[in-house]
Amino acid sequence: MSEVLEEELEEGEDTQKGKFLTFVIGREEYGIEIRFVTEIIGGIQMITEVPEVSDYVKGIINLRGKIIPVIDVNLRFKKEAKEYSDRTCIIVIDIEDLSVGLIVDNVAEVLSIAEENIVPPPDAKAGFHHRYIKGIGKVGTAVKLLLDCDKLLSDEDLTTMNEIA
Amino acid sequence: MDKSVSLEPMLEMFIFETLQLIEQLEQDVLSCETTNQLESSSINEIFRIMHTIKGSAAMMMLDNIAGLAHSIEDLFYFLREEKHHDIDYSRICDIVLESTDFIKNIISKLENAEEANENANELTDKIKEFLFFLKGADSISNSKKMLDSEDKQQFYITAAKGHPDLKQNKYRAVLFFEPGCAMENLRAFNIVHKLNDLAQSIEYYPADIIENDNSIEQIRAKGFEIIFNTMHNCEELENFFLNTDLVQRIELSEIEHEYESKSEPHHTSPRQIVLEDADEDLPVRQVDKTSEEAAKSSVARQSLISVNVNKLDQLMDLVGELVISEAMVTLNPDLTELMNLDSFHKAARQHRKIINELQDVVMSIRMVPLAITFQKMRRIVRDMSKKLNKDVELEIIGEETEVDKNIIEHLSDPLMHLIRNAIDHGIESRQDRIKHGKAETGKIRLEAKNEGGDVWISVKDDGAGLNKDKILKRVREMGLATKAELDLTDREIFNYILLPGFSTKDEVSEFSGRGVGMDVVVQNIETVGGKVMVDSLAGKGTATILKIPLTLAIIDGMGIQVGESVFIIPIKSIKESFRAREQELIHDPDGNEMIMVRGDCLPVLRLQEKYLIQSQVVELQDGIIIIVENDSQQLCLFADALLGEQQVVVKALPRYLKRINGISGCTLLGNGRASLILDVAGLIN
Repeated sequence: MSEVLEEELEEGEDTQKGKFLTFVIGREEYGIEIRFVTEIIGGIQMITEVPEVSDYVKGIINLRGKIIPVIDVNLRFKKEAKEYSDRTCIIVIDIEDLSVGLIVDNVAEVLSIAEENIVPPPDAKAGFHHRYIKGIGKVGTAVKLLLDCDKLLSDEDLTTMNEIA
Repeated sequence: MDKSVSLEPMLEMFIFETLQLIEQLEQDVLSCETTNQLESSSINEIFRIMHTIKGSAAMMMLDNIAGLAHSIEDLFYFLREEKHHDIDYSRICDIVLESTDFIKNIISKLENAEEANENANELTDKIKEFLFFLKGADSISNSKKMLDSEDKQQFYITAAKGHPDLKQNKYRAVLFFEPGCAMENLRAFNIVHKLNDLAQSIEYYPADIIENDNSIEQIRAKGFEIIFNTMHNCEELENFFLNTDLVQRIELSEIEHEYESKSEPHHTSPRQIVLEDADEDLPVRQVDKTSEEAAKSSVARQSLISVNVNKLDQLMDLVGELVISEAMVTLNPDLTELMNLDSFHKAARQHRKIINELQDVVMSIRMVPLAITFQKMRRIVRDMSKKLNKDVELEIIGEETEVDKNIIEHLSDPLMHLIRNAIDHGIESRQDRIKHGKAETGKIRLEAKNEGGDVWISVKDDGAGLNKDKILKRVREMGLATKAELDLTDREIFNYILLPGFSTKDEVSEFSGRGVGMDVVVQNIETVGGKVMVDSLAGKGTATILKIPLTLAIIDGMGIQVGESVFIIPIKSIKESFRAREQELIHDPDGNEMIMVRGDCLPVLRLQEKYLIQSQVVELQDGIIIIVENDSQQLCLFADALLGEQQVVVKALPRYLKRINGISGCTLLGNGRASLILDVAGLIN
C-alpha cells in the first residue's frame, strides 16, 4: 500500500521519469527517454536532400517554420535501407537545443520501465555491437533496447574514441 | 547567441539598459560641448541617467559603477543647482566620457562573464577634485553674484504669489551628516560660514564646534542645529543645504515670521529631505524641477519597448509558416472536387491580403534607424580631432534611414574605420587647409539614403583626396598590378586601398596606418552582402560609399531545379542565363568543362555532378546555363530548369549538418518544402 503511494508521489515530482517511447527498427524494439521527444510526425513527406553529408542524414524538413535535419535510424545502425511506408514516422528529439528528426519504421507505445527492470548491456569485451544502447529494459517477457540519444547524434569516430579510452 | 542565453535575465537587462543610457549620455554631453552650454534640460537628463545607472548598478552589486555614477551625479547636481556660465565644458565632457568608457569596459567584461572588479577610485577622485575646484571658485567669487540673482528670483516668486517682499523669517534647521564622513564639526562650521551670505543672526548648537572636539559626537547623535533669520523661502534654503557635501538629511522648519503671521501652513511642518540615503530609495531623489521633466520624458519613452530579437525571429518564423499553411488551405486538392467556391475564394483573397500585410509589418519591426550608429561617430570625431589637433565637423544626413537589425551590427566598425581614415588621412592640418584656401574646419559628411532595395551610406571628407601616384607606387612595390598601369581607371586605382595590408602611410599612428582598416571595412560589409566603393578627387576630398542590402533575412532568389531538388540562387549574383549546345563546350585534358561567352572563357559546373543528384537532364541543350558572379569572378552553373524568381526568408542550416561547401543556408518554399540556398562565392572558390 505504502509502496504504491510512494510511487505515485514520485511520479508527481517528475512524470516523465522512467518513461520511454518505443519504436520498431527491423525486428527489434527500441526505447528512447520521453523527455527528449518533442513530437512525432506521422508519415514521411517532403525531405529535402542535402549534399555532402553521411548517407544516414536524409536531409532537412520543415517543421512548422523550423528547419531540422532528419536521420534514418535504419541506416544509422548500418542496416538495410527500408522503403518508407505509411507506418514510417519521424520522431523529433531535442537534445541540448539541437532538434533532430529520427526516421523509424513504426512507433509503438509509451512505456514505464522501472529502474530495477533496466540492465546494462553486455560488456563490450564480449564483442557485442551496442554502441548506441544505454541499457536493456525488461517489460514482461519482451525486451526493449534503450537508446543513448547523445551517442546517436554525435560523431561516430568520437564515440569509438571515447569507448576505447 | 549562446552567450546571451547563458547570461542571467537580470544581468542581460542591466547590460542592455545601461548601454542604452550611456549612449544617450554621450550624445547629450557631446551636444553640450558643441553648443558650449549646458541646458538645464540636458543636465537633468544626464542627472537622471546617472541616477538610473547608479541604482541598477547597486542592485547588481557593481559597486565600482555605482560609486562612479554617484560622483558624476554629484557633479551634475552641483551644476544643476548653481547656474554657472564660465565652466570648462570640455573638461566636463572629458570626465563624463572617461567615466562612460570605464563603465562600458566593465560591461563588456560582464558580457564575457569575466571578473569585473576594477577600481573606479581614480576617476571618482578626479571628479571630486573637479567638483571641489568648481565649488571653490564658486564660494569665493560667485557668492555675491548668486545672492544678487537669488534676490531677484525671490522678488519674482513672491510677487507672483502676491506676497509683499523682504520678510525675514526665522528658521530652525537640523542637519545630519552621512555616517562615517568624519570631521563633522568642521563641515558644520563651513555650512555656517556659507550661510552667512544668505542669513542673519545665525545661532547654532553645539556652539563650540571648532574648539571642542567632543562636539563631533553631539552632532553625530543629535544633528547640528542652526537657527537663523533670512528672507529666503523654504525651498531656496533646502537647495542650499542639499548642495552641501555629505549632508544626509535635513529637518527644516519655520519658527516664526518676524513681520507677518503664518500664512503658508506647509512651512510650519518640518520638511524632511532625504539626501544621499543609499540606493534603495530611487524615486525619492526626484526633486522639484526634475520630476516634471522626468515625467514628460517617461511618457515619451513609453511608446517604445525593447523586445528580444529571438522573439522577433520566432514571430517571423510563424508568419512564414502562416503563408505556407495558407497556400496549403487555398490550394488544397480536396477543393477541386467542390463546386461553386466563389465566396470561398473571396474569403481566401481577403485572408491572403491580411497575411501579406502581417508579413510586411513583421519585417518592418526588425528595421532599425541608423541614428544610433551614426551618433556614435560624433564621439570618434571629437576624440580624434582633439588628439590630432584638427578642427573637424561631422555632418549627418539621413540618420532616419532604416536597416535590418542584423546588418546594423556590422556597420559600426566599418564606419568607425572610415571616419578615422577621413580625419587622419583625409583632412589636412589646419595650416595646410589655410594654405590651400579651404575653410579652417574640416568637414566630414556621413550620409545614408535608400535606393531601390539597397541602402547607400557614404562617408565624404573635404580633405586632400587620395594620392594616385602614391597608391600606384605602392601597388608596384607590392606587385599587385594585374594590368598595365595606363589601363587602370581612377576607380580601379582607388580600389587598391581596399586590399588587406595596403597602406600608403609610412608611419603607423595610434589611429591608422597599419593597412588593416579598409580591410575590416570590406570584410564587414561583405558579410552582410554589401559592396564598398571609393572615389576621390585630388584636393577636394574622398568619398567611401557602402552599398548594403536592406535586410539579410529576406533575399530575392531564383529557384532552379536540379533533378528532384530545388536550389535558390541569390538574384544579385546572377548575371545572365542562356541555353547552350553541347558543341560549344570546351574540354581540357583534366576533364574540366568550359564555355566561351562573348570572348571570355568561363568554367562550367554541373550541379548534379557536384552534389551527386540523379537527373534526367544530361545534354547541355536540355538544361540551362546560369552565369553567376562574385567579386568579378564568374562561373557557369548548369541546372535542369529555372523555376522563377521569389523572395525567400533566409535561415541558417541546422547545426547538426555542419558546413557544406557551396551552401550558405536554407529556406522554405511556398509549398512548404525546405530548400537550400547556394553560396556563389563558395562555389567559385
